[in-house]
Amino acid sequence: MSGAVTYTSREEIDVHRFSWGISIGVPLLAIFFQVFLPVRLGFLAVFDLPLLVTIFFGVARRKPMSGLLTGALIGTVQDAFSSQPIGLNGIAKTMIGYMASSLGVRLDVDNPGSRFLMTFGFYLLHRFIYTVIDIGLVGGSEPQNWGHLALCAVCNGLLAIPLFALLDRFKLRT
Amino acid sequence: MESFFSRYKNPLLLMAVLFIQVIMLASQVKRPDDPKNPGAGGTRLIRVWAVNIVTPIERTFIGTGHFFRNTWRNYVDLHDVREQNRKLQAELDRLRMEQAKLKEDAEQAHRLQHLLGFKEQFIGTTLAAQVIGSSGSEQSRVIYIDKGRHDGLKVDMAVITPDGIVGKVKEVYARSSQVLVINDRDSGAGVILEKSRLQGDLHGTSQGETVVKNVMSDEKVDIGEKVITSGGDRIYPKGLPVGNVTAVNSDPEKPLFLSIAVKPATNLGRLEEVLVITKMAEELPSAGQSSGPIRAADILAQRLPTVPKSPDKPQENAGTPGASARANKPTLGGAANQVKKPVAGASSGVTANDGKPVVPKAPKPKKITGQPDQHPQAGPSDSTKPGKPETRPPSSTTEKPPE
Repeated sequence: MSGAVTYTSREEIDVHRFSWGISIGVPLLAIFFQVFLPVRLGFLAVFDLPLLVTIFFGVARRKPMSGLLTGALIGTVQDAFSSQPIGLNGIAKTMIGYMASSLGVRLDVDNPGSRFLMTFGFYLLHRFIYTVIDIGLVGGSEPQNWGHLALCAVCNGLLAIPLFALLDRFKLRT
Repeated sequence: MESFFSRYKNPLLLMAVLFIQVIMLASQVKRPDDPKNPGAGGTRLIRVWAVNIVTPIERTFIGTGHFFRNTWRNYVDLHDVREQNRKLQAELDRLRMEQAKLKEDAEQAHRLQHLLGFKEQFIGTTLAAQVIGSSGSEQSRVIYIDKGRHDGLKVDMAVITPDGIVGKVKEVYARSSQVLVINDRDSGAGVILEKSRLQGDLHGTSQGETVVKNVMSDEKVDIGEKVITSGGDRIYPKGLPVGNVTAVNSDPEKPLFLSIAVKPATNLGRLEEVLVITKMAEELPSAGQSSGPIRAADILAQRLPTVPKSPDKPQENAGTPGASARANKPTLGGAANQVKKPVAGASSGVTANDGKPVVPKAPKPKKITGQPDQHPQAGPSDSTKPGKPETRPPSSTTEKPPE
């Protein structure tokens, strides 16, 4: 037992490893900041740190099974802090984690431009899935403000560039 | 078969995980949490676990920040002035709340609304709480406070600030609680437009706005009009500020009704400390009832001129010091009719500094008979008109009925 989770890239040489501490600590830290920071700085609610972490681990691990489980766990814990039924974020982030890891197999997702576009797209997709589930299962009826949504997607895309670069430091390569 | 599962392992796992979550979601929608049985069910448990893990960390952060800030304030930076300022600010906040309540009650008294039979609510006791967290998303507008079951909090208690209402307690944990803010789309509150007296329901939207609905579209609503709580929801006491009208539109879902946008009186994006109404003193007004919290209408009545005593009994107070002064006191209207009951127009109680209702030692209301008042300062009022009862509430200057 090496004490580290090993994720092998399907690219020929990259094998990404994350320690247990990073694998558990980073998602928890993201959820904590997501819950704590908007209390004092309300505008920070436009960011979805758990989603960014889900995307990062999904594309870094490049294993759909790992990606969807990561998304499911992060989303479910995030739901626990909301007033909505548990599962809305869980389902949406499960799908995002699965798609992100599938995308990581096929595309180069390490340069800042592609990371911005990827996060921008995944954010909109996440909100779309969330809204569909909300209307279809929970009974929500009000449409989203798509202009505000696009702005949030841009903000998250921009935040993803430095955040992913920071998290890259925790990748262990062999 | 084995190759099928190994080949489609990932999609199958995805479908399995999604299926489990959909089932879990559906079970919640069909069977909401039973407030009488908190803690039941796995869903509820995961909320408790998540909240109980994170809130101690948040409390530590908040507590550490407060420790350093209080240390700086109390021991370094103008110790006395800071302390005094804090007390004055608290006093100012309390007075602002009282002022809001008194204003509403005074208007009700002027309208002479008889609310007999209506069970009125008063703010009994409140508990200050610190905001320590939020949902962190724009889809759910909830906050977490550092008071919970051990502090006596229960579900559906109203949460307010001196500026206005904030929301209601939705979930109660051991040392923390979840508060559903009024701009959440699942929230609701009974409100009244202060001038037009139109009643409606306050709801949040998915964009985090607050709107008043169920007001007929043929009603006139002014921009800037104040919105206050109606008390009809049995959660928020009547007369608390809610906000101001910012826009009036037709309700897209119900064309016959208006959708009135309201800017909350409280800055819901920057909440640091809130008050939880832990006890609502209730009183059922009835004839002869005078005990209980001092009502704003009673205070108003004490400030208003009194009804003169009956002229057919001039000797009654002759030997009493101050009797002549009371007899010459100007009145609002004649006492042509008997006072049967006190005015029940007050809606909010006045609480003492400790938050407990003040129990007055006021005399029981007496029947008053007399001639129409002739005092020049007594202007025409509804109460002077024949057939209308004198509705002045009991006060310390109420005179005894004729023997």
